[in-house]
Amino acid sequence: MAENIIFYGSSIALAAIGLLIALTRRNLIKIIIGLDLMETGVNMFLISIGYRRGGTAPIFDIPLSKAVDPVPQALVLTAIVIGVAVTALALTFAVRIHEKYGTLDISKLREMKW
Amino acid sequence: MPEVILIISGVLGFFLLVSALVAWLTRDLLVAVLATAAAGLLVSLFYLILQAPDVAITEASIGAGLTTGIFVYVLSKTERYEK
Amino acid sequence: MIKKAFLILLVAFTGYVFFVAASARPFGSPRVVVSKRYLEKGLNETGSQNIVTSVVVLYRGFDTLGEVTVLFLAATALAALISGFPFERKERTEPSLVMSTASRYLFPLILLFGAYIFVHGHLTPGGGFPGGVVIASGFLLMFLAFRKYRVSEGGLIVTEGLAGFFYVLIGLIGLYLLGSFLASFLPPGRLHTLLSGGIIPLIYILIGFKVGSEMTGILRSLKGEDENG
Repeated sequence: MAENIIFYGSSIALAAIGLLIALTRRNLIKIIIGLDLMETGVNMFLISIGYRRGGTAPIFDIPLSKAVDPVPQALVLTAIVIGVAVTALALTFAVRIHEKYGTLDISKLREMKW
Repeated sequence: MPEVILIISGVLGFFLLVSALVAWLTRDLLVAVLATAAAGLLVSLFYLILQAPDVAITEASIGAGLTTGIFVYVLSKTERYEK
Repeated sequence: MIKKAFLILLVAFTGYVFFVAASARPFGSPRVVVSKRYLEKGLNETGSQNIVTSVVVLYRGFDTLGEVTVLFLAATALAALISGFPFERKERTEPSLVMSTASRYLFPLILLFGAYIFVHGHLTPGGGFPGGVVIASGFLLMFLAFRKYRVSEGGLIVTEGLAGFFYVLIGLIGLYLLGSFLASFLPPGRLHTLLSGGIIPLIYILIGFKVGSEMTGILRSLKGEDENG
């Protein structure tokens, strides 16, 4: 039970704090930081699902009954790299918005009509 | 899992939450970016404990190296402080 | 204030529901129906000793092609969006002598390390993606150490495009020779040596070049440059 709380609990808590940053903050770059933390938390949750009790890494000559699950690791490898590319694209949107409107506050941006 | 590794994971999980809270509550965006880099590094240590070396190398190089560089370039073109 | 407290309560409740749902299958007991087949037959079918690599390139190779496409799309959209952004130089002093001397020595070693990571993708942990990112961080070091360091944009575009093109070409050769897209047409080879693992070394070398040039292109677009570098 303690293992559940440590691994599942900290990854879900990281994703929850990222979601809270994206919901309660008004600066656009702070919102993007919150989305980045949410992606990191979800990736960690996926890998902690695939762990096997007493297992080792699926590399070199392994006895088959003792390896952790390799499929979530392959999927999370993909997800991390895509996450950084999408974060970079979101940040260039923020740069362009700041250049055109002079502010990054989403409550002020919402009031501007065209 | 042996007891020592559970205690180490507990300490790492606590520091992970602390860095996420720092990223939430600070008004200085540079501090928030560094807290994100710290969270990425701690998650990479978690990946080592969970026996996933490929993912640990990828998360360490991307989360702690590349996203910090991209954020700092973007912060130099916009504002550093919130509000 | 009330709204913020309500939001925190709502997110905490959602997180608790996820935690209870995840604890239904307690930590350390995965369902290994698909992974058991990959673990049992993977070493002899593919010839690479890194099972995660053989899952990424051979068993789930189409997802990796999709990821390469998404990366290409994001890097191109970023370059198109940032073009024409007015550049003003904000730093006032040159980087110090220690930084410029050390970077000149470290840069080829970092490139060599990155190339080692993606060439040995089927023998050691890592593979194409962290290898490319290490190469891009070597270029980031050079951008930070010298004010006038330039990377030619045409070289990056050509490398990225050709790497993606050859990836699809290898897939089509597999389709022609063996009947399915991205099938492994090279022999599995002798285990634990460099020339093993079918098409895994080829694909990871291409992915290493592609990710490296894409991330360097992203950093270069965000840095901006003027006629002085």
